[in-house]
Amino acid sequence: MTTTVVAEVLVEPQSNVTPVVMPETPVPVATDVTFRIRRYQPDFDEEPHWVDYTVALYPTDRVLTALEKIKGEQDGSLTFRRSCAHGVCGSDAMRINGRNRLACKTLVKDIDISKPITVEAIKGLPLEKDLVVDMEPFFAAYRQVLPFLMPEGHEPTKERIQSAEERARFDDTTKCILCAACTTSCPVFWTNEQYFGPAAIVAAHRFIFDSRDAGANARLEVLNDKEGVWRCRTTFNCTDACPRGIEITKAIAEVKQALIFRRI
Amino acid sequence: MQTHEFDVIIVGAGGAGMRAALESSTRARTAVLTKLYPTRSHTGAAQGGMCAALANVEEDNWEWHTFDTVKGGDYLVDQDAAEIMCKEAIDAVLDLEKMGLPFNRTPEGRIDQRRFGGHTRNHGEAAVRRSCYAADRTGHMILQTLYQSCIKEGVEFYNEFYVLDILLNEETGEPVAAGVVAYELATGEIHLFKAKSIIFATGGFGKVFKTTSNAHTLTGDGMGIIWRKGLPLEDMEFYQFHPTGLAGLGVLLTEGARGEGGILRNAAGERFMERVAPTIKDLAPRDMIARAMVQEVREGRGAGPHKDYVYLDLTHLPKEQIESKLPDITEFSRTYLGVDPVTELVPVFPTAHYAMGGIPTNVETEVLRDNVNIVPGLYAAGEVACVSVHGANRLGTNSLLDINVFGKRAGVAAANYANSVSHVDLPHDSQGQTIALVEQLRSSTGGERVAPLRRALQETMDMNAQVYRTEVTLKQALIDVQGLRERYKNVSIQDKGTRYNTDLLEAIELGFLLDLAEVLVVSALERKESRGGHAREDYPARDDVNFMRHTMATRKIDAQGEEYVHLDYKPVSVTNYQPMERKY
Repeated sequence: MTTTVVAEVLVEPQSNVTPVVMPETPVPVATDVTFRIRRYQPDFDEEPHWVDYTVALYPTDRVLTALEKIKGEQDGSLTFRRSCAHGVCGSDAMRINGRNRLACKTLVKDIDISKPITVEAIKGLPLEKDLVVDMEPFFAAYRQVLPFLMPEGHEPTKERIQSAEERARFDDTTKCILCAACTTSCPVFWTNEQYFGPAAIVAAHRFIFDSRDAGANARLEVLNDKEGVWRCRTTFNCTDACPRGIEITKAIAEVKQALIFRRI
Repeated sequence: MQTHEFDVIIVGAGGAGMRAALESSTRARTAVLTKLYPTRSHTGAAQGGMCAALANVEEDNWEWHTFDTVKGGDYLVDQDAAEIMCKEAIDAVLDLEKMGLPFNRTPEGRIDQRRFGGHTRNHGEAAVRRSCYAADRTGHMILQTLYQSCIKEGVEFYNEFYVLDILLNEETGEPVAAGVVAYELATGEIHLFKAKSIIFATGGFGKVFKTTSNAHTLTGDGMGIIWRKGLPLEDMEFYQFHPTGLAGLGVLLTEGARGEGGILRNAAGERFMERVAPTIKDLAPRDMIARAMVQEVREGRGAGPHKDYVYLDLTHLPKEQIESKLPDITEFSRTYLGVDPVTELVPVFPTAHYAMGGIPTNVETEVLRDNVNIVPGLYAAGEVACVSVHGANRLGTNSLLDINVFGKRAGVAAANYANSVSHVDLPHDSQGQTIALVEQLRSSTGGERVAPLRRALQETMDMNAQVYRTEVTLKQALIDVQGLRERYKNVSIQDKGTRYNTDLLEAIELGFLLDLAEVLVVSALERKESRGGHAREDYPARDDVNFMRHTMATRKIDAQGEEYVHLDYKPVSVTNYQPMERKY
């Protein structure tokens, strides 16, 4: 393999370098996989109950593919949210084998298929139907932390100046897609739905540490509430659950620090 | 049934809808209706950037940007509209920065810019750094920033409200916007929204194809509603296939990867774009690259066990550059193909990406009911609309620009209009048609199911109406689509409940997809030339004498009561640029 290391992208690499030899991809085989889905049809069911479905899947198929196949081929009433199908819209957070994941980012090859794969709605938000929960309390907590830029002084004629280092300070928390995987994996949130939850604190962090923003004190006041940031028990469930790889527990710790020292 | 009354109703909460809402809600009583939650909209999947001639890193000006847009669109672009877009691009980027969008920065702390396909210095001399970006998640940042600004301004959202019909008052003999009918997903209830102005910002219809970068939810609802009202759709044959979808999956890998220095190679390792576009090579416009990739595969130079894709090569770029400038696509490649772009070549092939056509509007975003006249009170912006700033082929980044520039214009225009008129009466039995549609689907006992019909539609469209087309393939697609439309009449659903009935939702969406597929295919059959994203192998040359004009398709009913696609044409607006051969 030839790797041309370039000082910067302006340099044109050589045109006809030797191609990287790709390993022969084995022809994939479809296997029967059983999903145990917690169903709840509010028009017809008294209580949620588990139903098994078996679908033929390739190792590279996503759990979302399985749900689409079940809905399309076996039971059209199976209900779940989905949109982009590649992990950027945040619609399809659910509990897969007891862990919060995005169905579209969880591949069959990465889960144990020797026994049924359990799929259920995320916990801590009101169950509406099958894998659908009421997202309103989640977005209400998000709105409470003032998740928007609050600048000071006159607007500049052109853009505000921000150094690459200042920009990097809050990069991690800009990645949030509001899927609620973190908040609904948090044991504090499960027992106390008044708690803002990790996602709202992530949103606050994104603005508190933005050099262009002057609203940190207002946000910190909100988070100093008894249902605020102090409820966090640092269990790291949120960090484990985040499909975007955000270091949520660290972000929460930074917000706590800012509250203690009142310094960003 | 509930009835609501607003000055302005915005349908769709992606970039265009929310940008419009920010303008409209401060001027007039506004509600935004979306079939999703705003942050689920597909604007969030856009990656590479938003072009504007800020000239932060090298000399640039909006006139060069306009020229590139016109040439990139293969001279089907309405040049007055492109001028507006490229001129207003600069403020559009600065507006977003002021709202808090975390753009990447230059060493001086200004908004950084990078190269993108078809964007050049001084009318084609060399690639120019024009795209303002936030890593490879610029769309995500735009969507989040606009949503956050909407929260700041207190914009009123109706989430998971699926708009199924638009209401027009025709008392004067000419249609005037009066309201919309929406289906509340949570309850199954029908809502009537009375409004003075209505903005459609519902996005595209990529789900007519099987291999697509589009979300499941991009089913052309807005265009479909307009179509069924007998209003025209413009240039529907022009559909963009993005060159670098993950092979077999269609997941988008940004053109920004090539803007950062990435190279396309065939199985032999040859940089084949050197043959096709000697000056800007891998940064040629998307239509040219997609065709070149298909040619490589057809001529046996494809890679992989089935020789059916080519490679995107980033391995010569420093790891640090890949991970900081292109983190998301690096992750997509690792997650979905198990391929690490830092050390391995990424299998890619064209994926259905963007509708250049849509609801015709003028530069004020007012919807046209024919070649000249507007529907008062009705507006459209973003992918659902055809202004036309993209002509026959959109340049990369110009979609994020389009939603911001024309979304803003729509919000201002709709609010100003609403403040100058009174509500018009709703037509008689406004909700009747929608209730009938919903009840018919819910009670149908027909033997057809949604998923197999949708798959058959997507397969014929991929096979017959994709990057290359001929009369034979398009006729096959038409026969298939018409057959599926017949079968759709017997479609039934299994979910008979009222709450969150996504089975019903998908059945309705399929109806729109089938309508729009037919419009696309009929428009493509009659365009007997090759221009931009519409490549006819039986008519390989561009024909400016007969076809430098926009297609205007309208639904008509013949003497036997059968509906058919009627085609008419509209002249292209030319200001400064006469058509010339498209070389790069």
